[in-house]
Amino acid sequence: MNDLLGLFLTASLWAAVLNIATPLIFGTLGALLCERAGVLNLGIEGIMTMGAMIGWLTVYGGGGLWTGLLVAAAAGALLGLLHAGLTVPLGLSQHVAGLGITLLASALAAYLYRLLVEIGDLPPTIVPFQPLRIPGLSDIPFLGEVLFSRTPPTYLALVAALVLGLVLARTPLGLAVRMTGENPHAVEAQGLDPVRIRIGAVVAGSALMGVGGAFLTTAAFNSFFPAMVQGRGWICIALVVFASWRPGRALLGALLFALFDAYQLRLQAVVPGVPYQLFLMAPYLLSILALTVVARRAQVPEALMAPYRRGER
Amino acid sequence: MRLERRSHVPLALAATTPLAAVAAALVLAGAFIALAGVSPLTAYAEMLRGALGSRLSLTEMLTRATPLMLTGLAAAVAFRARVWNIGAEGQFYAGALLAAWAGHSLLAGWPAPLAIALLMLGGMVAGALLLLGPLALRLGFGVDEVVTTLLLNFVVVLFVGLMIEGPLKDPMAFGWPQSVPVPGDLRLPDLVPRSRLHVGLLVALAAAAVVWLINARTVWGREMKAAGLSPRAAAFAGVSLPRTLVGVALLSGGLAGLAGAVEVLGSTGYVTTTLSPGFGYAGIVVAMLAALHPAGVVAAAVFVATIFVGADAMSRATGVPSFIADVIMALALLSMLVALLFTTHRIAR
Amino acid sequence: MTPVLELEAITKRFGPLLANDGISLSLGEGEVLALLGENGAGKTTLMNILFGHYRPDSGEVRVMGRPLLPGRPRAALAAGVGMVHQHFTLAGNLSVLENVMIGSEPLLRFRSRRAEARARLLSLAERFGLPVTPEARVGDLSVGERQRVEILKALYRQARILILDEPTAVLARPEAERLFETLRGMAREGLSVIFISHKLHEVMAASDRVVVLRAGRMVAERATRDTTPAELAELMVGSRVVRPRRDRRASGDVVLEAQAVTLREGETTRLDCIDFTLRAGEILGIVGVSGNGQAALGRLLSGLARPTEGRLLLDGQDLSALGPRTLGRAGLGRIPEDRHAEGVIGDLPVWENATLERLREPAFSSGGFVRRGAARTHAQSLIERFDIRGATPDTRTRLLSGGNMQKLILGRVLASGPRVIVANQPTRGLDEGAIASVHARLLEARAQGAAVLLISEELEEAVGLSDRLQAIVKGRLSAPIAAEEADARRLGLMMAGVWDAQNAA
Repeated sequence: MNDLLGLFLTASLWAAVLNIATPLIFGTLGALLCERAGVLNLGIEGIMTMGAMIGWLTVYGGGGLWTGLLVAAAAGALLGLLHAGLTVPLGLSQHVAGLGITLLASALAAYLYRLLVEIGDLPPTIVPFQPLRIPGLSDIPFLGEVLFSRTPPTYLALVAALVLGLVLARTPLGLAVRMTGENPHAVEAQGLDPVRIRIGAVVAGSALMGVGGAFLTTAAFNSFFPAMVQGRGWICIALVVFASWRPGRALLGALLFALFDAYQLRLQAVVPGVPYQLFLMAPYLLSILALTVVARRAQVPEALMAPYRRGER
Repeated sequence: MRLERRSHVPLALAATTPLAAVAAALVLAGAFIALAGVSPLTAYAEMLRGALGSRLSLTEMLTRATPLMLTGLAAAVAFRARVWNIGAEGQFYAGALLAAWAGHSLLAGWPAPLAIALLMLGGMVAGALLLLGPLALRLGFGVDEVVTTLLLNFVVVLFVGLMIEGPLKDPMAFGWPQSVPVPGDLRLPDLVPRSRLHVGLLVALAAAAVVWLINARTVWGREMKAAGLSPRAAAFAGVSLPRTLVGVALLSGGLAGLAGAVEVLGSTGYVTTTLSPGFGYAGIVVAMLAALHPAGVVAAAVFVATIFVGADAMSRATGVPSFIADVIMALALLSMLVALLFTTHRIAR
Repeated sequence: MTPVLELEAITKRFGPLLANDGISLSLGEGEVLALLGENGAGKTTLMNILFGHYRPDSGEVRVMGRPLLPGRPRAALAAGVGMVHQHFTLAGNLSVLENVMIGSEPLLRFRSRRAEARARLLSLAERFGLPVTPEARVGDLSVGERQRVEILKALYRQARILILDEPTAVLARPEAERLFETLRGMAREGLSVIFISHKLHEVMAASDRVVVLRAGRMVAERATRDTTPAELAELMVGSRVVRPRRDRRASGDVVLEAQAVTLREGETTRLDCIDFTLRAGEILGIVGVSGNGQAALGRLLSGLARPTEGRLLLDGQDLSALGPRTLGRAGLGRIPEDRHAEGVIGDLPVWENATLERLREPAFSSGGFVRRGAARTHAQSLIERFDIRGATPDTRTRLLSGGNMQKLILGRVLASGPRVIVANQPTRGLDEGAIASVHARLLEARAQGAAVLLISEELEEAVGLSDRLQAIVKGRLSAPIAAEEADARRLGLMMAGVWDAQNAA
């Protein structure tokens, strides 16, 4: 029993939490931004896959790591534009269009990877982001290892959560996004264009998803394989609900989830005789449980999934 | 530019919609084929040849179309009632696992026709029960079933992995993780000799006919449709939403489970974690291309199977990665979605 | 008076429907103009064009002599036009201040200037006598308070011309009077006001000038002091449609009875210990301002909600546990509040909408299979008996006009010869001809001995049809009064919730 609790005192567990959380933070923030403007983006799973592939490919092709993240963001934005184009001006089913985007982006990622990369016995690798030890702070015992010796994209994720939180709460643009998710007619009646606001939010949110995917191949790991996103996108969608559509809580939710995930990974080593699949199932079941607990209480944006067509009554 | 609703949907337009969508998808995918330095026309010709060009390829294509028809029906039935069952993949595995387990350990030695029928029924029950969970969460707690069914897909595949590496492991499989096989006499008979095509195809066609009958002719079918189009109006007219949706879930999950059982009993005889190359997800595409109509599902499943079987052959011949099949399928789904809009709406001004 | 606003030859089509046909009008500074017309006359379309929600097919809007860019609410706002929509354009989850500020700042500003905005909002509220709490969540406000926010939004954007679409539809009489007082005050400060209405008394009381629209055309323009309600009524309706009148007749035994029924949904008490009795051959009118529990009462009597406390009796039998279909079989017919959302399913054919609630009865199905022939025949007979125009059994119901859709619903109810009819807002949104036909059908059912519970927000309708009236206020029901005793003052007080004092007096 002591062993099980003792795990919580190891710095490596807490360091792993931030690593596991980083793609989830990006993905959840991205999905949250889309949904705050009223658009459910089930393209997330595919967009993260595409981000993972193209971010890696950029670096593999000789680009820098940051260029890789940027290209992943651009690819995410492009796929987001496609999703927005289908669901906003055309008002198509956000469920089906999103699944279509996921199928398309996953398929294209696999196709392009296979087409452009020579694969031998082992998948080719790149040199990923290395931990950036923040001078001074990283020497603090325990916290220094956990918080201040992470790879740069992890810091970026934390900053992104803060920025998104501030933008939504404090700026006119954020108010416009939130209002569009609540009542697009109110936005239009005050002279703003809800269609553009929605498109913008989906494009920006999808860019964040792309970066989240790229973290997997440029920081957490050093190569790409087609099934690597492993449902993280869907977990992000669940986390948005769990977070009641608030960036701060989304960050917290991603960290909690990652803590659980990191813990179960270590538990596998400590507890012998239990099939590893049971541990791997746990995060998915936990997500479903979390959804069930909060679903009734969550304050859903009122116009989420309601298509807005101008002049249609 | 503004969209306005058409007062009438011209029949010719509705009929050509899927064709237009498929054409658009092929044109768009052609650009990615060209990226591989291969002429799209050559590639498509190879695909057609690979899927339809010989008796062997034709039977192979129909073998592939069989589970797609069933998962397509599963998605069509659910979507028609606005139950977003994206879990056909998991339900497929649930049905497959149950058929493999029961076929090996429960019903071995039973008279074949009865045992096969029971195994298919068991597969249906397994799939249906799996969907009932997410539906209960939706009805009881307001949890969106899209996310729960998606997440359960991963859980089920892990569970299959657990079983075939544990209790159901085949000791004769040289360490390959696969389940113990169903005895030969409980397998579905071949439909065409010296091919993999089995009578599962007839099961799928019969399922399509039954679904059509339910949809079009029964009180239940009309109530499912009403509940999908307008839950409030249906409730006002006394349609019990929970009861109707539970029925939808049982039917949809059951069809996906049946797909898994049929695949095990007809094609492989055992379960692995790669039994399905995404039959559940492809079923969504099949259903949408069919505009949710059962007869359309049969045609759309044949189309999707043609693409998949053809792409493998084409890939061998030209070097274009066979993932192009998934690309075409996804593009067809998105094109169909747009095309469907223009059957009900037109651009004003 | 110099015109601050001119509309010139505005024409707008929606498909085959000519919504506005060459309408021209002008508005002077400090003037209150009433735009009068029936439902469907084109009033809202015209104002939506003026505000830029729609783009006219032809014609021009000029503000202060300068043409307004069509189809752009932003241009209208910039020119000083503000609109108070009938369906408020507010976000319930956001605060009053946020609802007012939206769109008033450059989008890319680094930080919203909330303190400034708050001060300006409070000073406007003070100046025009429209008190609000900036931090309050709009979803928690009453309908009257929301309307205040909606008006303040326009004033905050420095509107000089204010358009109000059916502003009193959701207000009780005293609230409505206060609103018109506020509008008068605004006009004195030099604002110009257009309000849309179909209620003659408020047009007479509150406007300087009246423009009457009928079937998309402007049919008259009068200075209010030079006209009479009778003239306006005739202008509005065109050929005189006479609503059928109730004759006196004795009512029979009690059929439907509510005994101390309370309905709670979650934390909210929707209906609070209500009592009523309904006799065969009578119409009981439930009057009240929108949002006071009518919807809950409708749900309760439609079998969609069960009483939390108290009993609901049909012929002395407890109804509390019955659902929609069993109610139907027990002889209770229901006309829902919202035709489009509850009454019919637009994408299904007429025959299915005619039979959906009775689909499990042997007449329309056997062995679980739909008897399509019988269902179609039934639909055809409804179409003929109830004169549902433009319909065949296979027509998609969406294509019917509102009036014909309502005839279908009415026919569906009446065809089974119900002993009780619950009619919730049965004429909402219909034109005068359709209203008259609905009224005639309800009176006919009454004459044949049916008991009708009429829930209506249209006072004129309720008083004209009902034998007795009860008011619904905040989920409570007043004691009934005979229609003969109902005068405007007494009804006004009842609908404002003052009936205990009345009884004591």
